[in-house]
Amino acid sequence: MAQLNVDLVAADRKIWSGDARAVSAPAADGEIGILVNHSPVLSVLGEGTVRITGTNGEKVAVRVTGGFLSVDSNQVMLVVDDAEVLDGAGVSGH
Amino acid sequence: MAGSQRVYKQRIKSTQSLKKMFRAQELIAASRIGRARARSSEAGPYAEAITTAVSAVATHSTTQHPLTSERTDTNRVAVLVVASDRGMAGAYSASIIRETERLVERLTHEGKEVALYAAGRRAVTYYTFRHRELAGSWTGGSDSPSADTAGEIADTLLGAFLAPADEGGVGELHIVSTQFVNMVTQRPRVVRMLPLEVVEGVAPVGQNDVLPLYDFEPSPEAVLDALLPRYVRSRIYSCLLQAAASELAARQRAMHTATDNAEDLIRMYTRLANQARQADITQEISEIVSGADALAAS
Repeated sequence: MAQLNVDLVAADRKIWSGDARAVSAPAADGEIGILVNHSPVLSVLGEGTVRITGTNGEKVAVRVTGGFLSVDSNQVMLVVDDAEVLDGAGVSGH
Repeated sequence: MAGSQRVYKQRIKSTQSLKKMFRAQELIAASRIGRARARSSEAGPYAEAITTAVSAVATHSTTQHPLTSERTDTNRVAVLVVASDRGMAGAYSASIIRETERLVERLTHEGKEVALYAAGRRAVTYYTFRHRELAGSWTGGSDSPSADTAGEIADTLLGAFLAPADEGGVGELHIVSTQFVNMVTQRPRVVRMLPLEVVEGVAPVGQNDVLPLYDFEPSPEAVLDALLPRYVRSRIYSCLLQAAASELAARQRAMHTATDNAEDLIRMYTRLANQARQADITQEISEIVSGADALAAS
């Protein structure tokens, strides 16, 4: 089964990267949910929480203050300014 | 003379304490350089992600943005100098300042007015000592710059670039900083940051390639508005990080040479002190012998 390849990076470090089933993020005009085979999108992120559901059921929640998101052929790139890991803190990639 | 012996002993002592200082500086620089390089590579993914996204927007939309277009209404240009806070790094700051002077001369020659921005105490004191006006300065933490400092610098410079001409707006931004090639080579370099030219990563479009059609949320303009300042910030941050690694490498090398020189000096002074001691002894013996001869003769 296809899966999303997610990279969540902040200015000074990589926060999370790995395979995921679903990503939800606070886009400019409301929450955006990304599943496998989402159409390519480039979006500005606002303040809110990014949630990632990993392929192994692991859940990660990160509070962000702004940034942007790009999706292109199941490659999800989240670039955030300030990140505070709320959940799944111990995991910084696989 | 007993006097010269004492002088040499003193010199040896002071050189020894200097040597200890140099050695300590060298070790400190050596221990920090690994961390500086690690930070530089940790910032890599962010810079890469931003560059990819910027190229994607640049390839897929024809939107013009103030940050990418040339300004013709002003002949002021901004130059940012990235030097170190402390000395003891050999020619590190000096070569950066020399490079800056060359650039300033070239720009003035082209009929442009230069506004200088300086990061690092060495650059700031160089210009304030010569009563040259600085449009902005940042000091502290040149060997471990934070993303916040980079953001602050970027915001100031972007503000200057976007300001109207009569309020001190600038038409270009050049950055003079040191590129960290490897542990032995660090090169001062000049980059023109603004107006932006995004060239990295834009793949040429083949005849049969189908480009992914990006949806821009909320609009291409808004996405560029959010992306480009971040791009500039990340570029400036990476310049600062490379400069920090270069500074530490330069300091380590300079301090290593200084330690070696101190050792040479100590060796030389020890020899001279031995010679002086030997001369003293010889003199004393000849005095005693001649004294005894004089007594025996009488």
